[in-house]
Amino acid sequence: MSAVIQPGQAPGTATATATGTVSGSRLAVRRFLRNRLAVVGLGVVVFFFLLCFAGPLVYSTDQTHTMLQQVNLAPSGSHWLGTDAVGHDELGRLMYGGKVSLIVGLAAGILATVIGTLWGAAAGYAGGWIDAVMMRIVDAGIAIPALFILLVVSAITTPGLTGLIVILGFVSWLVPSRLIRAETLTLKNRDYVLTLRAIGGTHSRAITRHILPNSVSTIIVATTFQIADAILLVAYVSYLGLGVQPPATDWGGMLSAGLTAAYSGYWWLILPPGLAIILVVWAFNAIGDGLRDAFDVRGRG
Amino acid sequence: MSTSSYLIRRVLQAVVVIVIVTIVVFGLLHALPGGPARGILGPQATAQQIASFNHEQGLDKPLPVQYFYYLNQLLHGDLGTSYTLNEPVSQLISERLAKTLVLTALSAIVGLVLAIPLGMWQAVRRNKPVDYVITTLSFIAYSTPVYFLGLILVLVFSQALPWFPSQAPQGDTLAQVFSDPLALVLPVAAGAASMIAVFSRYMRAATLENLSEDYVRTARAGGSRSRSILWRHVFRNSLTPVIAMLGYYVPVLFGGALVVEQLFNYPGMGLLFWTAAQSSDYPVLLGCVLVIAIATVVGTLLADIVQRIIDPRVKAGRA
Repeated sequence: MSAVIQPGQAPGTATATATGTVSGSRLAVRRFLRNRLAVVGLGVVVFFFLLCFAGPLVYSTDQTHTMLQQVNLAPSGSHWLGTDAVGHDELGRLMYGGKVSLIVGLAAGILATVIGTLWGAAAGYAGGWIDAVMMRIVDAGIAIPALFILLVVSAITTPGLTGLIVILGFVSWLVPSRLIRAETLTLKNRDYVLTLRAIGGTHSRAITRHILPNSVSTIIVATTFQIADAILLVAYVSYLGLGVQPPATDWGGMLSAGLTAAYSGYWWLILPPGLAIILVVWAFNAIGDGLRDAFDVRGRG
Repeated sequence: MSTSSYLIRRVLQAVVVIVIVTIVVFGLLHALPGGPARGILGPQATAQQIASFNHEQGLDKPLPVQYFYYLNQLLHGDLGTSYTLNEPVSQLISERLAKTLVLTALSAIVGLVLAIPLGMWQAVRRNKPVDYVITTLSFIAYSTPVYFLGLILVLVFSQALPWFPSQAPQGDTLAQVFSDPLALVLPVAAGAASMIAVFSRYMRAATLENLSEDYVRTARAGGSRSRSILWRHVFRNSLTPVIAMLGYYVPVLFGGALVVEQLFNYPGMGLLFWTAAQSSDYPVLLGCVLVIAIATVVGTLLADIVQRIIDPRVKAGRA
């Protein structure tokens, strides 16, 4: 979903009063910490990482063997969130599937930002007709909704984990490329870039040593929003038939598997993965919002 | 830049984008394992059958030649023939497009009608509890997968409380669709939720920006009441950019329709696309992608033009 939720500051963002002694990055940290929603978001993300990666050490469950004598059990003392249709412990599955959702979401979000950054910086720096052609390709990509591309891909192939990350990265790099291009356009005519060119510095040096380092706050903010969108997209992936194969799963896969079970009243099969997705996506959006205000970066669209 | 030369340039850009989309769709068609022949003849076809089919269909010609042949077909409204339904794709799509447009338009209207006052209310009550609550709800709505929201809506408002049917209205004609308005409630609600989230944010930002403008202070100093300033000036000035955003939102609306139609079994283009994906019916899949892409490009074009004509500041900013 390449939707853009952004303009305006989040409520609770007070503009920090700069004192002469405070450095830029410490000021940014201070501004970020003043945004209560962003701090809560950071807490939610840390909680889910601990739950998924450290949780299994404390709450160990068997997620490979089916146990048909204990299917669809309601939550109880021995199974805190009950069991699913093949007898897997649901809380254990939430941790196990969460690893996949978080890793794929992070990796795809970062990949999308990397592709978008390189594309946008190259287009903006080159300018002229190269820029025009590159940006029309971005327009064409944005015109085709990601869900449709993903469904076409699912009709052709079932990718593995790496394949999934690559596909998701390649359907969602368009919005960051526009942001970085806009940033590059303003940076490339700054004095230090012009000076570098005048003394014989190469184009790639101008991009890698000056333009990208100066776009770093835009890139960080874009990455955070991109990760939020990627985790949401991962949740659609199983629903569209592209998901990881059993016995592996992710939150979206658990949700899709629970769709029919929900009609039988097995609420514990859909609410935990559903709420986990909503909370984590919300948290990354809130963090992105806070970072944008802290860095004073313009919009996201 | 004058408005007319801007229009010409912008329309040419849109045409270029559509040409690129056709190249992408054509590329996808030929990137399929075994190409279109394998798709039509099935996995059992022998190499000989595939070769003779390719020869008959002109698929053994060089790719650029085939592309221009494909483009020529498109210009004549020919999107190919469905493998499974054995009907022209253009006919299949035109039968269902109207239904999808009705559903998305209803979601968009409901979404906007709720989002605009909510956004203004937030702006006026900035950093008050109301603002926090609506902001939090917007982010939650934005973060919820549409199929999860749809499921919850069905479980609550169709199973637990038997208020609305869990299926969208069936039937081939629009009249049949409208004959059962109650059945439209849940699909429209599922489609409108993220729209409300996104557009209330836009409206909040636009209203805040306008409230800090000089003309508001002048009007206040001149003794106008806050309420009349809000509705007579701020509302109208904030609305323009928000409405223009609608054009850029078209692909998201279609993406939502894809899921909503499948979930509520609504016989529109999304469901057609979904069934085509299950049966690897590539002409239908790519035909739908093309139609949606063109709709999006036209939507964006209109949004740009409307914004340019209505808002003189855009013109000044770009000149």
